[in-house]
Amino acid sequence: MTLATDSSGRHSVAPSHEQYLFDTDEHGGRGPDFAAIRGSAEFALLRRRSRRFIFPVSALAMAWYMTFVLLAAYDHPFMSIQILGLINMGIVLGLAQFLSTVVIMLLYCRYAKRQLDPALEAVRARAGRAS
Amino acid sequence: MTGAHVLNMAASTTAVGANPVLNLGMFIGFVAVTLYIVHRVSSGNTTTSSYYAAGGEFTGGQNGIALSGDFLSAASFLGIAGGIAVHGYDGFVYSVGWVVAWLVGLLLIGEMLRNTGRFTMGDVLAYRMRQRPVRVAAAASTLLISYFYLLAQIAGAGGLVSLLLNITSKLGQSLAIVVAGAIMILYVLIGGMKGTTWVQIIKATLLLLCMALITVFLLGRFGFDLSDILGQAVQHNSLGAAILTPGTLYGKNELDFVSLALALVLGICSLPHVLMRFYTVPNAKHVRRSLVWAIWSMVGFYFCTLVVGYSATALVGSDAIVHAPGGENSAAPLLAYAIGGSVLLGLVSAVAFATILAVVAGLTLTASVSFAHDVYASILKRGLAEPRKEVRVARLTAVTMGVLAIFGGILVNGRNVAFLVALALALAASANLSTLLYSLFWKRFNTPGALASIYSGLGSCMLLIIFSPVVSGASTSIFPNEDFHWFPLSNPGIVSIPLSFVCGWVATMLGSRRENPAKQTEMEVRALTGIGSGLPS
Repeated sequence: MTLATDSSGRHSVAPSHEQYLFDTDEHGGRGPDFAAIRGSAEFALLRRRSRRFIFPVSALAMAWYMTFVLLAAYDHPFMSIQILGLINMGIVLGLAQFLSTVVIMLLYCRYAKRQLDPALEAVRARAGRAS
Repeated sequence: MTGAHVLNMAASTTAVGANPVLNLGMFIGFVAVTLYIVHRVSSGNTTTSSYYAAGGEFTGGQNGIALSGDFLSAASFLGIAGGIAVHGYDGFVYSVGWVVAWLVGLLLIGEMLRNTGRFTMGDVLAYRMRQRPVRVAAAASTLLISYFYLLAQIAGAGGLVSLLLNITSKLGQSLAIVVAGAIMILYVLIGGMKGTTWVQIIKATLLLLCMALITVFLLGRFGFDLSDILGQAVQHNSLGAAILTPGTLYGKNELDFVSLALALVLGICSLPHVLMRFYTVPNAKHVRRSLVWAIWSMVGFYFCTLVVGYSATALVGSDAIVHAPGGENSAAPLLAYAIGGSVLLGLVSAVAFATILAVVAGLTLTASVSFAHDVYASILKRGLAEPRKEVRVARLTAVTMGVLAIFGGILVNGRNVAFLVALALALAASANLSTLLYSLFWKRFNTPGALASIYSGLGSCMLLIIFSPVVSGASTSIFPNEDFHWFPLSNPGIVSIPLSFVCGWVATMLGSRRENPAKQTEMEVRALTGIGSGLPS
């Protein structure tokens, strides 16, 4: 493998103390032990938590969006049902897409804050000890 | 139809371009202010990191506004408002895709991309693959997508000029395209990523404020009753009540619409200039914050667009919009004139110009960085390029891209190039998304797989569009007198997106090659944690 990508932004940010612990080969050696990190229970937890949220929620969001698109494409009578005055099912469902996007975003932020960020801190702490 | 007569009448009765001097003045004011700011913020810009990614110094909030700015292009600002005004509900359905798409960036791509890469999409795709072929493929995809998107934007500049400054001669419009292109090149050369991001932030803030104020005013005028706006719109639209239901625009070919919707929702966060924005913030947490800002502002903006679009019909009437110079695109400016006179029209016009400038600058920068970083530095110089030289190559590429865009823009000016945006999105969804997702989430994915998914996505999209009604066989085609089309849809996404996933999978399974497992482990850890990326936590 060539080293083209391996200079991972080190020139761009002011080096912190922590960074040298995590440094890869360029500064002569002690890079983080990626295999050890990946084998750790902390990393397994982070990965499990991350995938448990992002995969099902992405799938759900796409399915919900495609439902809306298919209804708009093929079921015009349904979309024409009037809900409030001239506001019909089509406009309500469209605005519901806006709303669901915001709700998913807020749920993800909360999940990330409560579940992902602490798990990430645990991995970082473990990696810090290891090197 | 006595086109010229109708045009003149519409222009004089609706007074679009009533005050070209005012419009021009506001526009020059915007350019002067932004050029000054670009000059101030970009001292030096000699390192690759500062020129390509603004040194990763923007905050999540700033970058979020800039991200939404990338999407509030003239096409989506004037185009979607006009689409709703003229075609009603189908214009609105289109805007929904532009909002939902951000979830792909938030959940699947953004944070991991920031943790893994440095400047370009190629950084991530080639991370654990053979560098040269994968980077060439990534750069090819980036350049192609950016150029099509760029062409669509800059060709729109010609139409906008005719609408806002009353310049109707081809020569005058060409001149306007040259001037717009030159200013855009200046932004990129002087400002690099930092400068173009600031232009984007200023423009997006202006646009969002402008739209919010107009919307509040309109809602107030109709007593905060959306139903009342819809009712008035129905009365003043030649399509009548049909504008409240689907089918006015996409009713003829439903599958085509589904294909477009798919490309929209999967393509937006795979566009190279969006991916590159994720590198301008310090770390993954700021990427998350950027996307939160972007989603809030997009939701707000497209809600405003819904109100503005239907109000434009209600207050101006669909006939006046269709017959004004600029057609559909004139809905928002005409509405601005109707409610705020020539001052508001001038403001909206200046913002629309600014939008084109800012978006094309971002695109040009992305293409030039991809060439300099992925092709010049990593392939030609095998990763040993001097940063100063690399930045010089990026600047040269930016000028080349800009000049090509100006020529292309003049060439296609006046033709129907709306399909270019949809094509760019389909290309991004087909070539980039599949490869990114496989790289980030599938251990076994290898070099043959990456090449197969990129090239099958690019190839199938281009091939299908060439043999679609967009190019030949319909009255709206590029070659209306020829007919060599056999693909029934104008949007290739529904075929090309699954195809690229399948090709990537098949080639991975067939290719016996196993990529370096250590590199694979490294990427997996780094994508999720940022450890080893050197980013401040």
